[in-house]
Amino acid sequence: MNYWDLFHATLPVTALEIAALLVLVVDLGFLRRATLNVRVTTAALLGVAGCGAALWGLTLSAGQSVGVNFELPLLTESGGTVAAQAGILILTALTLLLLIDSVFTRHVGEYVSVVLMAASGGLIVAAAQDLLVIFIGLELLSLGLYILTAFAKSSGKSAEAALKYYLFGGMSAAFLLFGFSYFYGLTGSTNLKQIQWSMTASGASPMFYVAWILVVAGLGFKVAAVPFHLWAPDTYEGAPAPAAAFIASVSKVASFALLLTISMNWFVQSGPITGQRSVVTAALRQYYATWPPLATILLVVAAASMIVGNLAALAQVSVRRLLAYSAIAHAGYILLGIAAHPVYAGQGRLIEWAEGNIGPAYLSANAVLYYVLTYGLTTIGAFGVVAVVERATGSDRMDAFLGLHKRNPVLAAVLLVLFLSLAGIPPLVGFWAKFNLFAAVLGASAGAAPFALVALALALSAVSLYYYLQVLKRAYVMPAVDETPIEAHPVTLAVLVLIAAAVVGLGCFPALLQGWIGSCYSAG
Amino acid sequence: MLAWTIYLSFAGALLQALLPKGKADLSRWLALAFAAAGLALAVAGFAAGMGQGRTVIVDLPWVPAMGIHFLLAADGISRVLVLLTGLAAVAGVLFSWNIELRTNEFFAFFLALIGGVYGVFLSFDLFLLFVFYEIAIVPKYFLISIWGSTRREYAAMKLALYSFAGSAMVLIGLLAAYATSGSHSTGLIALAHAGLPVSFQMWCFPLVFTGFAILAGMWPFHTWAPTGHVAAPTAASMLLAGVVMKLGAYGCLRVGIALFPRGLDPWGFSFIGLGSWRDVFALLAVIGIVYGALVALAQTDFKFVIGYSSVSHMGFVLLGLMTLNQIGMTGAVMQMFSHGVIAGLLFAIVGRIVYERTHTRQLAELETMHLSKRLPFAAWAFVIAGMASMGLPGFSGFVAELQVLVGAWKVNPWWVVAAGVGIVVGVAYTWRALQKAFFSDAPPSPHLHEPGHELAAITWPEVTGVVLLTGASLVVGLYPRILLDTIEPAVKALLAGGGQ
Repeated sequence: MNYWDLFHATLPVTALEIAALLVLVVDLGFLRRATLNVRVTTAALLGVAGCGAALWGLTLSAGQSVGVNFELPLLTESGGTVAAQAGILILTALTLLLLIDSVFTRHVGEYVSVVLMAASGGLIVAAAQDLLVIFIGLELLSLGLYILTAFAKSSGKSAEAALKYYLFGGMSAAFLLFGFSYFYGLTGSTNLKQIQWSMTASGASPMFYVAWILVVAGLGFKVAAVPFHLWAPDTYEGAPAPAAAFIASVSKVASFALLLTISMNWFVQSGPITGQRSVVTAALRQYYATWPPLATILLVVAAASMIVGNLAALAQVSVRRLLAYSAIAHAGYILLGIAAHPVYAGQGRLIEWAEGNIGPAYLSANAVLYYVLTYGLTTIGAFGVVAVVERATGSDRMDAFLGLHKRNPVLAAVLLVLFLSLAGIPPLVGFWAKFNLFAAVLGASAGAAPFALVALALALSAVSLYYYLQVLKRAYVMPAVDETPIEAHPVTLAVLVLIAAAVVGLGCFPALLQGWIGSCYSAG
Repeated sequence: MLAWTIYLSFAGALLQALLPKGKADLSRWLALAFAAAGLALAVAGFAAGMGQGRTVIVDLPWVPAMGIHFLLAADGISRVLVLLTGLAAVAGVLFSWNIELRTNEFFAFFLALIGGVYGVFLSFDLFLLFVFYEIAIVPKYFLISIWGSTRREYAAMKLALYSFAGSAMVLIGLLAAYATSGSHSTGLIALAHAGLPVSFQMWCFPLVFTGFAILAGMWPFHTWAPTGHVAAPTAASMLLAGVVMKLGAYGCLRVGIALFPRGLDPWGFSFIGLGSWRDVFALLAVIGIVYGALVALAQTDFKFVIGYSSVSHMGFVLLGLMTLNQIGMTGAVMQMFSHGVIAGLLFAIVGRIVYERTHTRQLAELETMHLSKRLPFAAWAFVIAGMASMGLPGFSGFVAELQVLVGAWKVNPWWVVAAGVGIVVGVAYTWRALQKAFFSDAPPSPHLHEPGHELAAITWPEVTGVVLLTGASLVVGLYPRILLDTIEPAVKALLAGGGQ
């Protein structure tokens, strides 16, 4: 490893960090006397430009790995990583554009630079292949999120949310680090692949499960999975809207990309599974003997998240809290996709896919990434709508949405599209996300357990339609109390319409995004 | 050509959504134009398809990673149901001519629903069919909850959740079938030939069939139907009873039976006289026929009478499907068409022609109004519709129910005996409603002749709509071959396996 390779592989991260510093310099150095409007717009646009530069950097660094040993890299810029990183950058840019309309802080330079640094943490998390790098990335991301949550300094709720988030987060980071130290102690390595080799060689030791439970606790906090979800409703409710959108989307994408990396390394053979079924099943048997409990632990968390998230959402009156519980439920679906990895049931079935054979593991990884990215996109839009309504009415309660279709028809239409997509109604992208994920789970592993879990997930998504419709009912059906129009900033409106159009467009042509994620895998 | 029915309807919906407010008349005429164009295409497609088997209209790869195709095709069953949808759409627009509240949004949801329905009837890819099937859920919810009456929000939510729960069951079954078959295609025909294991079909069939049958109003999952029909605005209840319930029945036939034929095999043991899923569902269908009719007999709300009669009539469709023989299943498809037309007509008379003028649907209040003298058109339209609904010869219902009963007799005469009871009660409740609502001798209400109680004159859209629907029922009743010639080969092919 030399520094040139390191620089080459971390171009996107570097670009974001430079942009973060640039924003600070411009905002603090040149724009002290400018109006808030000018400063917000400049900072946000600089941030978006930084994301654009990082995307460009991503195309240059794609395919790179960096590490002392080529076999055991610290970071890789290949396969799903590229898709996840591109997603992180695009979603970050969208949350920055939504900032233009906000007035919760005067410290815009600081806000944007913290967002960019947190996003660079996300990039590292998505690419990391080593426990230490993972932890550094996660901390960079998390510290940024705590600050962002607290950014509305005049709001008590924001401070409360940030404190809760920080305390829970510190605790879970401790668990994670403790778990990592067990893995290191048991295998003598911090590299994911090396750990997997050692685990396979030494066979199952109960200590691995202890370590894994600690890691699941740490990562379960990041993705807001039950029972580590308690911070989510308060944070979603208290944080300034653009920060909440960032937490709900970018941080989720990074954390799920990490879980995917871990599961791809620890749950599966490395490399795509090709060849005859018999070869696969022979390899599977070996793993089956060793590893199912790892997945079982994730499955329990997944099922609990689906149930608790969906049922608790039914009782919410605050739309932000509703989105938080629905996020928990969605985290459950995604964890199901990660946990029910094809290898477990011992019936891995090769699926001919695009060009050439790609193992079912990749099919299910593709489905997970598809889900996370589209979910992130939809949530940002949902928070954007909530933010506009909240500014006009002073509340995020459901009743604030009464008569929205009269007060701002475009906003109401965007809300309709996004919420129906979250509920999984075709032809919106949320339907295909669920569909791909559940098809991957069932396609890869036969047997009663995955089937029962998919059945549970689908039954609960029928429940979820109820609470999404509760909001839409107020927007479209129930009579308005107040019919004064709600004005939205043109940029905000444009971003929201763009997101809604993407949700419809990607839903009508589901192969677009799927093909792109797939091409990332075949390129890597 | 038939594919344009789908595109046109969605384009119409989009156009209506973008229409500026306050152009109610423009919106109505546009909706009528789009619906009529759909009907014209459906008729043309029906005529062009006579004597032909299954023809593929469009076949494009849609989700290559999973082998999902945008595959639209039509066989005899599809063509007949597309024709029904066209009729129901035009009639629905005509009977919603008086919608003044958010007119363009109403027709936007209406046309979106119609587009979804056309899509289901023309899809020959499993997942494409499912996508269209789910598209239909949301417009229904808004049509009922915004423009409906009696407990509309409750009824709309109930319908949406029932539909979504049903489609969740269907989706589980379909995903499992896709995963089990190991096939790289999701075409209905390809999957039917994939040879799914019998044990798999045994548990997947009831799951998928029940999921679809919820929307077909199968007892005991029918409870969304009466409340939904009653709460819905006239055009929506016409569509609900007319075509949406057919979506369920069509799914039972096209997906449930065609994909999992062995799921109907005997279990090998019998439990309280039931030896297979076929017996179970036939029993539920018969219960639906009798139960729906008996409950209709006891209703005090005119619209509830029609709502429960739909449950009863849809029972005939499900019973026909469970006969699994040529004549019974042909009858089931005929009954789908027939009930679609007749139920649409009945709901139009009750909801639009009578209720919008009298502002009551209580039979006890209607009794005092002497509507046969004051609204003779409505009275005679109801007489005709009632005769059609009772299944009198000369109307489409007779041909359809007769075939179902003949088919059922070949399998199990007891089904026919029970269903016969339903028919007799059907005559009774129709007669009762007719007599109470229109031809009662009760002393007139003292307010009857006061100023302000005159009833508005019948308008041209109402006359046109009534003529269109009665005409369709009469034509098919007098010359059933017009549909039978198209349906029979398709049913034969479907029974032979796969529907090739």
